[in-house]
Amino acid sequence: MTAAPRTADVSDTAELLALYEEMAVIRRTEKAAHDLFLSGLVKGTTHLAAGHEAVAVGASAALRDDDYVFATYRGHHHALARGATPEECLAELMSRASGLCGAKGGSMHLTKASGNMLGSYAIVGAHLPMAVGAAWSARLRGTGQIAVAFFGDGATNIGAFHEALNLAAVWKLPVLFVCENNLYMEYTPIADVTAVAHPAADRAPAYGIPGEIVDGNDVVAVREAVDRLAGRARAGDGPGLLEAQTYRHFGHSRADPATYRPAEEVERWLKHDPLDLARGRLAELGVPAGTVAAADGRAEAVVQAAVEAAKNAPAPDPRDALTDVWADGGARWRT
Amino acid sequence: MADVITYRQAVAEGIAREMRRDPAVVCLGEDIGAAGGVFKTTAGLHEEFGSGRVWDTPISEQAIVGAAMGAAMTGMRPVAEIMFSDFLACCWDYLANEIPKVRYMTGGQVTVPLVVRTANGGGLGFGAQHSQATENWALTVPGLKIAAPATPADVIGMMAAAIRSDDPVVFFEHKGLLATKGPPAPPDHVVELGQAAVLREGDDVTLVALASMVPLALAAAERLAEEGIDAEVVDLRCLVPLDAMTVLGSLAKTSRLVTVEENPYQGGWGGTLVSIVADEGFGLLDAPVRRVAAACVPLPFADVLEAEVIPTVDKVVATVRDLSAY
Repeated sequence: MTAAPRTADVSDTAELLALYEEMAVIRRTEKAAHDLFLSGLVKGTTHLAAGHEAVAVGASAALRDDDYVFATYRGHHHALARGATPEECLAELMSRASGLCGAKGGSMHLTKASGNMLGSYAIVGAHLPMAVGAAWSARLRGTGQIAVAFFGDGATNIGAFHEALNLAAVWKLPVLFVCENNLYMEYTPIADVTAVAHPAADRAPAYGIPGEIVDGNDVVAVREAVDRLAGRARAGDGPGLLEAQTYRHFGHSRADPATYRPAEEVERWLKHDPLDLARGRLAELGVPAGTVAAADGRAEAVVQAAVEAAKNAPAPDPRDALTDVWADGGARWRT
Repeated sequence: MADVITYRQAVAEGIAREMRRDPAVVCLGEDIGAAGGVFKTTAGLHEEFGSGRVWDTPISEQAIVGAAMGAAMTGMRPVAEIMFSDFLACCWDYLANEIPKVRYMTGGQVTVPLVVRTANGGGLGFGAQHSQATENWALTVPGLKIAAPATPADVIGMMAAAIRSDDPVVFFEHKGLLATKGPPAPPDHVVELGQAAVLREGDDVTLVALASMVPLALAAAERLAEEGIDAEVVDLRCLVPLDAMTVLGSLAKTSRLVTVEENPYQGGWGGTLVSIVADEGFGLLDAPVRRVAAACVPLPFADVLEAEVIPTVDKVVATVRDLSAY
């Protein structure tokens, strides 16, 4: 693990190009997941994060490699941004032995513990107290690490959200709460079921936590905001909360065509695509279109190779269903 | 070392011993710090280890157990207190969905070495929401180890094993036993989880009990001895891992089985134990099995009503007497 943040300065064109390429890989991985589902190779469900790429990539760029990250069932982008490969993720979705979790987790539980990406949790809001605990642990061990919980707007109405914010604040822990507000709690507009306009940021002051709002589709803005809040947390100034405004390109899950969304709203947000925004910044910095196209080409090749490799990977050994319950690797409940 | 130690002192002593030997052990819970816990089961820990290792929390059961989980995943060995076991329901998501599953669903990537301690059971007249024997709730969830000691020495020895366990353990301390006394535990006393104890040897019937039901079963055995019925009493100590072999071994001698459970009959641990006996030890039985358990009603308040619901010495004696005549 390195102790230094991965990036120095996002005005550096090479760095911004790298962030763009990461987002391009995530976008294509999500598209591949969607196509594989439609072709019957991914079972269960998926909650795709296409459209949310800038939150994961921008935040990760501001974090140390040894910081802890906790995500939700919509967590493909966070796993990828924290070091999971498209092949590992797609193999997991396709129930292959080479999957990130040995095909025991599936789409909703992508986890890369070796990169301190400590899991994707499918009970809404449950992981927020876990991130508080990881931050507590970091403080107890004096490591200077922080913990980040990414969550959706819907999680802000869960009791655990409020318990987590209060405990983090009262113990002054180095934890960041990053809300991906994509305007919809599953199928229902968050505004219809929430008493305040900004479901995360407006609640933070009640716990003495600064609540910030950022354009969650702008990778540079996200990176800067997380960098600032992470600095505060690391300095001992306590938790921070960031509400990143973003939009999902697909429905809530595979079963959802998202027809409830007004056409003009969809159009407006699709014109505010995080990849387009990053491309615009790159162009402003004088990066040739061919250079960006080359990054797209690399992303395409990585994901295509990942799809093929995952398709060709073997299924898990059925006997593995009876491993990994306990720390000794087994599942034996009698002595 | 004192000649005797109370069960409640043993809880604090058991935790303290582990905190002394391992700096990764930290405690969190409501009123556990300077107050020493509402049952005084953490008395002295704050004085010895300070607020850096004994943390008072708000009344936020989800945050307590969720934070303990996050800390356990990242290098600590947290011991979280949920004041009354009834309140486990307030953080049931963590016990049912998060803690026991994260290792499995991540393909073994994550370890969660934590202990959730809680005061369990009835007998103190606290009414329906502070008196339940809830160990069966945890028994329904693959991935949790379940300890329920009956004596002060076992509290210390099993606390050591629980805190050192790399797996999550729900540690049920019985409210009705807190004031009971017993021999102190020797230094470095460890009782491995999943080892039942034969506390009284007998040839006629096997009584299997847990926690508060252990002294009750022993008292029943003494009464039965006066009637010429020689009962063997097995303290199960843990529900997961479950030591069914000791029970089967006892049955090979006695051929009759009675489980004594404080939890409701419906869904009680005795049902699981009896099914194992039916599968693997049917030939050992000379009589049907019997389960003395609580009635399937919420725990009532008045002593006379509570006694009607949960097992008593009289009920155990009557059941064994009937079974012996079979």
